[in-house]
Amino acid sequence: MSAIVYVPRDAAALSVGAERVAAAIAREAASRGIDLTLKRNGTRGMCWLEPLVEIAIGSERYGYGPVTERDVAGLFAADFLHNGAHALQLGRVDDIPYFASQQRLTFERVGVTEPTSLNDYLRHGGYEGLRNALRMQQQEIVQAVTESGLRGRGGAAFPTGIKWKTVLDTSSPQKYVTCNADEGDSGTFADRMLMEGDPLALIEGMTIAALAVGATQGYIYLRIEYPHAERALTEAIRSAYSAGYLGPDVAGSGRRFDLEVRLGAGAYICGEETSMLESLEGRRGEVRVRPPLPAIKGLFGRPTIVNNVISLASVPIILRRGAEFYRDFGVGRSRGTMPIQLAGNIKRGGLVERAFGVSLRELLYDYGGGSASGRPIRAVQIGGPLGAYVPESQFDTAIDYEALSGIGALLGHGGIVAFDDTVDMARMARFALEFCAIESCGKCTPCRIGSTRGVEVIDRILYGVDRDGNLRLLEDLCETMVEGSLCGLGGMAPFPVRSVLRHFREDFLKPPTR
Amino acid sequence: MTEELSDILDEYVHVPGPLLLVLHAVQRRLGFVPEEAVPYIAERLNLSRAEVHGVLSFYHHFRRAPSGRHVLQVCRAESCQAMGAEHLAQHAQQRLGIQFHETTVDGAFSLEPVYCLGNCACSPAVMIDEELFGRVSPEQLDALLAERGGER
Repeated sequence: MSAIVYVPRDAAALSVGAERVAAAIAREAASRGIDLTLKRNGTRGMCWLEPLVEIAIGSERYGYGPVTERDVAGLFAADFLHNGAHALQLGRVDDIPYFASQQRLTFERVGVTEPTSLNDYLRHGGYEGLRNALRMQQQEIVQAVTESGLRGRGGAAFPTGIKWKTVLDTSSPQKYVTCNADEGDSGTFADRMLMEGDPLALIEGMTIAALAVGATQGYIYLRIEYPHAERALTEAIRSAYSAGYLGPDVAGSGRRFDLEVRLGAGAYICGEETSMLESLEGRRGEVRVRPPLPAIKGLFGRPTIVNNVISLASVPIILRRGAEFYRDFGVGRSRGTMPIQLAGNIKRGGLVERAFGVSLRELLYDYGGGSASGRPIRAVQIGGPLGAYVPESQFDTAIDYEALSGIGALLGHGGIVAFDDTVDMARMARFALEFCAIESCGKCTPCRIGSTRGVEVIDRILYGVDRDGNLRLLEDLCETMVEGSLCGLGGMAPFPVRSVLRHFREDFLKPPTR
Repeated sequence: MTEELSDILDEYVHVPGPLLLVLHAVQRRLGFVPEEAVPYIAERLNLSRAEVHGVLSFYHHFRRAPSGRHVLQVCRAESCQAMGAEHLAQHAQQRLGIQFHETTVDGAFSLEPVYCLGNCACSPAVMIDEELFGRVSPEQLDALLAERGGER
């Protein structure tokens, strides 16, 4: 029997040389006359070990990493195909503590299967959720999602089932299911990893959503910065169509659901749901005034589900294992699991899917291993560029929507970016407003003008011009933006600024710079 | 150009909400969206020129002038900043002798900022055309540019 070797085709793995490693393995095997099957999986999310090469022996997988092209001949010499000893040997992948201690529900297949192989998907529980859904009434499907406690994983944390119920209860000849895959927050890559590593889970989730509310057309709004995800999704959609899981007769049910990928064009604001709908309609990504809610009047004026990738990709397991199974993970009103993404200055960056309730400290040190630079972690930004900076004194806070909002932070899409003690927090506050100025859609004044004026005010503070007065002005401006902006971009860009004023004020008071 | 444009419009004119699809297709085919294409697209999609121009100029991805043979995008978002992205960005500008949003005189590279490539566990990240790179040091960036004819 030929040996089976896995080399990820995930963009993060490719970005550090996985393609060259795969080619070197194929070359070396050929020159040694070894019959070997090279499979391309997603990433396990242990990004610091990428490229992580895995060998399948029986039903077990053994790992080596991070592997470079130059290591390949040595791996063969060490008989890695039979888990031979080598400096890069990791042992059973499932036993690596970083991985073993996770609760992989949404990401159960990511890194394990071949992403666009329908057979692999079916062998690992794929489409069992849909099969169950097809035996249920629409209300029952919505009820299951509601009871699971699933809340929007894109950042807003709105209960998914309630959104679905609104769409179900709205009568219309045409409804839509849209997936917001415009993952623009720095420090986040869970959507990308899922779409590249298990795209069929997203497709199945969207199909279930469509059945639940009576939609026949779906769109995945994908950011242009994710070409690898586009290829994976396109291949997976094709597989699903050819096997009858998409199209006029979904899994023999007589129900239609069509799905296509639409590309964004590099605008952060299109991650805001109404702006995303404008963009899908081919217009400038300017936010809409709510109400009406997209669930009532969304895409092309029709009732529309807008859910994030992770929310939708969590639906199949909820329908497969039951609402109770999913709800039993987590704490308080934060039910289920959350894929936390460890990024920035962190030794072991990657994705950790855990039930809500795990502490920041555990994530940063037990999983993350502290900073990559070896210096103390001074601050972490949670939830992307609109999220607060959290100081070390608050690292015992749990990953829990309510606990985080209790300290003035937000979980957002679950990205955690670590900074060591060389960071200049006043510069980071300035960047938050600079970013808002670059990405503002321009529709409302507090965001469009406030962000630019905010950068200028911070510059005056840094230059040492009337510091007290300008610090007061900055606080005032933050309040205006928070209270007066139409959407979360202008409304939340002050959050990181305020957190710096609160926890790292000394960085505004350093000797003036020019 | 006219024939290529008309093929693209034929393909998308009946699709709901087609303008972004059309602009993407034009840019894929021609490398940018020429000013002369705007009135034609507007007419075929029954939009005003202002509407087409408004969309074209709203999105960072769309180019209204040709790019260099390669587009280097350097991530300047927080995660990459935490790992030295600003230093890398300065290095890229010095090495290429241009600022962001500019193209080298030999036409080899355009340099663009990008705010997150989704490779945040392997910061700092850059993308060259559609190829993503992580844990990029200034030396490695030099090597990547040299491989692509960046020697000046």
